[in-house]
Amino acid sequence: MAQENKHGLEVIPRDSAKIKKIWMTALILLVVTAVEFLLAFTMERGMLLYIIFIVLTIVKAKYIMMEFMHLGDEAKPLFYSIIVPLIFLIWLIIALFREGTDIFLMRW
Amino acid sequence: MSSTAIEIQSKRGVWGGGNEPLKASYGKLMMWFFLLSDIFTFTAFLITYGAIRVSYPAYGGEAADFVSSNEYWPIPEMIFDAIPLVHGGHFPLVFVGLMTFILILSSVTMVLAVEAGHRNDRKDVVKWMLWTLLGGITFLSCQAWEWSHFIHGTDEGSMLTYVNSLGNVVSETVYGANLLVNEYGPAPFAQLFFFITGFHGFHVTIGVFLLFLAFYQAAVGVYEERGHYEMIEKIGLYWHFVDLVWVFVFTFFYLI
Repeated sequence: MAQENKHGLEVIPRDSAKIKKIWMTALILLVVTAVEFLLAFTMERGMLLYIIFIVLTIVKAKYIMMEFMHLGDEAKPLFYSIIVPLIFLIWLIIALFREGTDIFLMRW
Repeated sequence: MSSTAIEIQSKRGVWGGGNEPLKASYGKLMMWFFLLSDIFTFTAFLITYGAIRVSYPAYGGEAADFVSSNEYWPIPEMIFDAIPLVHGGHFPLVFVGLMTFILILSSVTMVLAVEAGHRNDRKDVVKWMLWTLLGGITFLSCQAWEWSHFIHGTDEGSMLTYVNSLGNVVSETVYGANLLVNEYGPAPFAQLFFFITGFHGFHVTIGVFLLFLAFYQAAVGVYEERGHYEMIEKIGLYWHFVDLVWVFVFTFFYLI
């Protein structure tokens, strides 16, 4: 039953499937965070744990960008103009970690 | 024959203006490109954190025996282990975990507000905007407590040898943190903490102002008069971005 308000904007009724999907995404995000939290205390610190953390973080980022920010629903050129520039960051990561390691070797 | 004519017409149409190649409004488009530039800023901060961290020795012993020193980089779970109201307790990462939950939940209520905006449902928009606003304010309050605790430090402090602001080497017990010295680890540890969580907190503060604006305008019917709730969508993008950044800060600052 669509109600009319005084300016004549028609209120579309709730689509419960859509709302359920939003809450499911929220649940996934919270569960992934809880898993990260548990792993921080149960696994030994080391490269493997760090890689797991980074992968889980990227999983969360994907859900936030695709489900919450609806980037996947945008036109393809817009999608790629946001995602493709992030390639530059790979170089920044390599360059600065190399730099940091060299500083470590010089200092200690 | 007729199909060719139509094709020519549509090709002319491309140059005739009035096209929307990205199928998004000006405001949404600009918000996306602003967020892209902000992604670069925040990743630059986080990568700097990583680079400075690997330039210091890692703590080599068992996590349980961890003692703070400015000789090596601290283990975050041994530093961020306080919760409000319990003095001197050891609850590693509980408080930041809670903050993460609050921010993710406020992101969820934001997306529900955007969804309600698509349906022109003013009552739902106002309700979910209010929840989002409350989540944002709660997160900021948590961060204020976190900072205050970080600055004031523990009862024990740490015995450190460092160069003070006059350039003299001193050995004394240091409590809490400032930009020169801190009881948790090397000076850049606190500097980066202030810069990265501070810059994020600054974004959250702006976000809370924007949320309030949108909440107010939705409540008094500005968007209804305008005929669409696109402003909710644009502010929503910004708010989700703030959550997105926090997800990364949580991983790189508190977990690794």
